Amino acid sequence: MRVLVWIVEETWRATVAAAAAFVPADADVTLLHVRASDAETVARGARDALLGRSRRSAADSLDAISEQGARELLADAQAALGRQAALDARSGRIEREVVVAAGAADLLVLARDEDRAHRGPRSLGHTARYVVDHAPCAVLLVWPDAPSG
Amino acid sequence: MPEGLALALSLAGLVATLAAAVARPRWLPEAVVAVVAAGGLVAVGAVSVNGARQAVGHLAPTIGFLAALLLLADGCRREGLFGALGDLMARGSRDSPRRLLALVFAVASSTTVVLGLDPTIVLLTPVVLVTATRLRMSPKPDVYATAHLANSASLLLPISNLTNLLVFTASGLSFTRFAALMLLPTVAAIAVEWVVLNRFFAAELGRPPGHEALPAAPHLPRLSVTVLSATLAGFLAGSLFGISPVWIAAAGAAAITIPALVRRTEGAVDVVRAIQPSFLLFVLGLGVIVVAASDNGLAAAVRTILPGGTSLPALLAIAAISALLANLVNNLPAILIIAPVAVASGPAAVLAALVGVNVGPNLTYAGSLATLLWRRLLRADGTDVHLGEFLRLGAATVPAALAASTLMLWSGVKVGL
Repeated sequence: MRVLVWIVEETWRATVAAAAAFVPADADVTLLHVRASDAETVARGARDALLGRSRRSAADSLDAISEQGARELLADAQAALGRQAALDARSGRIEREVVVAAGAADLLVLARDEDRAHRGPRSLGHTARYVVDHAPCAVLLVWPDAPSG
Repeated sequence: MPEGLALALSLAGLVATLAAAVARPRWLPEAVVAVVAAGGLVAVGAVSVNGARQAVGHLAPTIGFLAALLLLADGCRREGLFGALGDLMARGSRDSPRRLLALVFAVASSTTVVLGLDPTIVLLTPVVLVTATRLRMSPKPDVYATAHLANSASLLLPISNLTNLLVFTASGLSFTRFAALMLLPTVAAIAVEWVVLNRFFAAELGRPPGHEALPAAPHLPRLSVTVLSATLAGFLAGSLFGISPVWIAAAGAAAITIPALVRRTEGAVDVVRAIQPSFLLFVLGLGVIVVAASDNGLAAAVRTILPGGTSLPALLAIAAISALLANLVNNLPAILIIAPVAVASGPAAVLAALVGVNVGPNLTYAGSLATLLWRRLLRADGTDVHLGEFLRLGAATVPAALAASTLMLWSGVKVGL
């Protein structure tokens, strides 16, 4: 059984805990992180708006910052999972990348990403909704914290 | 030379310079294009030698002022001010995205006001990205806020934006009066950004804390903080005693650079590099080119479009036209083109033009449509970026901020600030 665990910054602890609790011991686990490059694009665009300034650009390091952040997050998730797992760091449009990665899995583990306090359709934001709707495999959907009702 | 031909040549020089500045071909620095184009316009007589000399003479103190400010900002970078501000924001956020955004607002507005737009974009933005990433929060609201505030908060002081610096002398305002008139417009622009960004990124900001580790309490570098405070106090006090702010800036730059030269943590080459000579040449060349275009009919054309007087509708129109022009050709040429015409209507009209060219560029994330289109053409932005989101946010903030700031400017003038 191949299991894909989608790691997101704010909810990774709950997702990893669910994977540790529900995924069989003999399964192949992959931890996936997808970073959107919107923030870096905005930062680079703002840099380009400065006409005529020196070309020694600090903007080149922007992607490195996010890549480093993603690597650290996946390492922390793996340590919390406490078992062997492959790590997959991607960038692009988040929901599409997750669905593509899920194509090679039997089970996808993810967390609800919007209203975490109340049960109901609003607990799924645009991104998680798209993934749940389009995932080609079975899905384990996790509450990041205990919902109040 | 017939005026029509001279105007055509001047505009061609302007377009070539801007094209080089936007496309930045490796083999053709924009400073070279600007200087060659300016020289060419003098050579063919589109602008007289005397006219060019006068334009350079007007710009020279501003260029010196700019060089001092660049040194000041570079000194703060060297002393580690920006990294310390990142730790300060991370710690102060106590793991809450909304509190982090509030701190980003405070810090980005302050660095913009005190050091100018450039350091906020070039030095603070990467720090903000690191801070949000380290706290495992979506960096989008914070990076957007930094990019927007670098423009919106740059209204306050003559030093906060090169556009302000370029028209400061011509406006006839003292440093303190400029700041007094621009205080309410700046507060209004920042308030609009706060309300809109909070609503726009409600989902990201509403996420509960992830319980990530916070950094230890940072120490702000003492030299930077002392020099910046003293320089700022010097600007305000200098106004009272009639000391030109350029000397205060020079003193601040010396105070932060000389210790590093003595300690040998900085060489002469680093100092020259920090001043960005090619940028200074670019501004000079651009200034001469715009004077050539203005003298040969561009100013007359602007005069027919730009309303005279300082009534509220006139100021709103000046701000809107300036914002549009800034979005077409970027803010530096825009203010160089509009300011000479606006000056005739008095300081309030010049400040309204500044509101337009400073806040306007937030309409796109790349400062102007020219830059945005070029970036999309290069596909430097990839195909996975939500262009619609950027433009929606610009449309939600810019018209409101322009209107609010201009209204505040008009009120300030009315009550006799």
